[in-house]
Amino acid sequence: MKKKVAILLVFVLTISLILVGCTPKEANAPAPADDVIRIGVFQPITGANAAGGALEVEGAKLANELYPTVLGKRVELVVVDNKSDKVEAASAAARLVEKEKVVAIIGSWGSSLSMSAGDIVKNAKVPAVAASATNPLVTLGNDYYFRVCFLDPFQGTVMANYAFNKLGAKKVAIMQEVSNDYAVGLAKFFTDSFVQLTGDKDAIVAVSNYNTGDQDFSAQLQNIASKNPDVIFAPGNFTESALIIKQARQQGIQIPFIGGDTWETPEFIEIGGAEVEGAVFSTFFTSETPITAESEVFLREYRAKYGKEPAAVTALGYDAYLVILAAIEKAGSADPVKIRDEIAKTTDFEGAAGMITLDANGDAIKSAVIKVVKNGEFKYQDTIEPTK
Amino acid sequence: MTFNLFLQHLTNGVSLGSLYALIAIGYTMVYGILRLINFAHGDIFMMAVYFSFFGVATFGMPWYVSFVVAIILTCFLGMLVERAAYKPLRESPKVNILVSAIGASFLLQNLAVVVFGGRPKAFPTVNLFQQVMTIGAVSLQRLTLIIPVASLTLLFGLLFLINNTKSGMAMRAVSKDHETARLMGVDVNRTITLTFGIGSALAAIGGIMWGMKFPQINPAMGIMPGLKCFIAAVIGGIGNITGAVLGGFILGVGEIMIVAMLPSLTGYRDAFAFILLIVILLFKPTGIMGEKISEKV
Repeated sequence: MKKKVAILLVFVLTISLILVGCTPKEANAPAPADDVIRIGVFQPITGANAAGGALEVEGAKLANELYPTVLGKRVELVVVDNKSDKVEAASAAARLVEKEKVVAIIGSWGSSLSMSAGDIVKNAKVPAVAASATNPLVTLGNDYYFRVCFLDPFQGTVMANYAFNKLGAKKVAIMQEVSNDYAVGLAKFFTDSFVQLTGDKDAIVAVSNYNTGDQDFSAQLQNIASKNPDVIFAPGNFTESALIIKQARQQGIQIPFIGGDTWETPEFIEIGGAEVEGAVFSTFFTSETPITAESEVFLREYRAKYGKEPAAVTALGYDAYLVILAAIEKAGSADPVKIRDEIAKTTDFEGAAGMITLDANGDAIKSAVIKVVKNGEFKYQDTIEPTK
Repeated sequence: MTFNLFLQHLTNGVSLGSLYALIAIGYTMVYGILRLINFAHGDIFMMAVYFSFFGVATFGMPWYVSFVVAIILTCFLGMLVERAAYKPLRESPKVNILVSAIGASFLLQNLAVVVFGGRPKAFPTVNLFQQVMTIGAVSLQRLTLIIPVASLTLLFGLLFLINNTKSGMAMRAVSKDHETARLMGVDVNRTITLTFGIGSALAAIGGIMWGMKFPQINPAMGIMPGLKCFIAAVIGGIGNITGAVLGGFILGVGEIMIVAMLPSLTGYRDAFAFILLIVILLFKPTGIMGEKISEKV
């Protein structure tokens, strides 16, 4: 009987794992009509990253409303949910290229999720334009992945400089989301840059890890606090990051926190509450200083439609749509390979979040913006130009 | 590691462990009576958090009213799941009910995504519990102390209910043998419903405290705690309530200590629970406090 119980339990666990891994197959989508061009929007709509995905979808939809046609055809956005999960992301991307027959893809929020789609878009020869995925590996060695934002090596340098010059930090602790390629990458670039700035090999006094979806960070925070760092750099998803800062304050740890672009979602402030006041992070764009004529259009329309200030990633989602649309226009056809070639040639393109020129890797070179949480809002602090 | 730091880790671990314990009780009670692992338990826990969230955020109730309403609603939800998903299958082979339990779990989870939305929400904070206190060199939220006290109080209340009341005696009788209990005049259906009600209410209390401690809620939040508390119940000896609480504490303190003592293994903190489960199943499948199950004639 003992054995039977054991076997039953193991069986149950296996079954539950299998079940958790499965997703129901969606019904076959109707074949697109001839007068419609379909662009996929590949974003987390549910799960831990849902708030980030929603912001980019808002941007893409707004752009679609303002510029609904190309080559005399109607552009239809097909939104698929990658469920904030790397495995789901691969199947969502496969669905876009195989069933929905999209000619190009926008997204995803989150570098890990974008990377899961990398091979699929490459093999299917359908171009993808990430709005805010900043990890270098998203586009590296992939001719079909592009992005309209800056990269983490730059972002890491920006934040290291901020910690060193503005905060006068000599010792920094890092708290990274270890299952997130974006967070690990950004932490590494920050470390390289900060060690170089201080000239001190031991300037990073502690590195602590956590997993996506974790809710309890008390042990990591106590470990970090016992090393007495001047600043904690905590790149990661906004929900976990907000919880980390909140729990630190609740345990009486008052060390300042700095982070990356993923923090800029309304949920970061909602969840973090008063505890995230003063948190500083780098991002792509600020609505307080519009850069281009397209920024003005975007800001006016966005405010009219949503009645609030847009987040940086919303502007990038908008830009990703415009870049694809312009490429279709120039290619004069809805052939994904021709569209890809035109996207790759994008030069001095006027987007809402600044001018876009894609380099040989398919990356945009752009300035970074530093924002701080003040009175429950994200406030613009500084703009950092890229080093040429 | 200094002694103070150790104390700080220990209080955090005990606090987390008591939350696990509260939820684990629900698993173990249902198993004790039906020999069924109620996989929907983690999702009932999640629903409880949403109920109390909407009570405060949407209906503007004071927190204490909202919490009580949420506990009552969750009670009914637990009983409803039993009525709809388990009762019609009570005479079927065990594996059918098990599949039905997994189905109920998915139903609740996806229902939550559709009705409440997939984006994480911020659980309302109650200042009374959130304040930071400093005792000696250990600083902690009031909640960190309240959680273990509440859990232990509930455990003793439950043990009293089971050992000293008529309903408790009925529960014990049903857990031994449905048929004989029925012959002795015990209302088996009522007893099972009561078990689900109590288990769900405890999950609701655990859920509300969880929400206050980790104020970020989403429809998938029941999965991990659900699995871990199931493991806690197995470690303690599934079917044994004191064992479930003990298992919860072992798991909570163990997890925190792994992160605290071996920072390089932090990423494997969830794996710790599952490794513990495998070890227990291999060497002591009846758990720490589980009785030897003798084959019924």
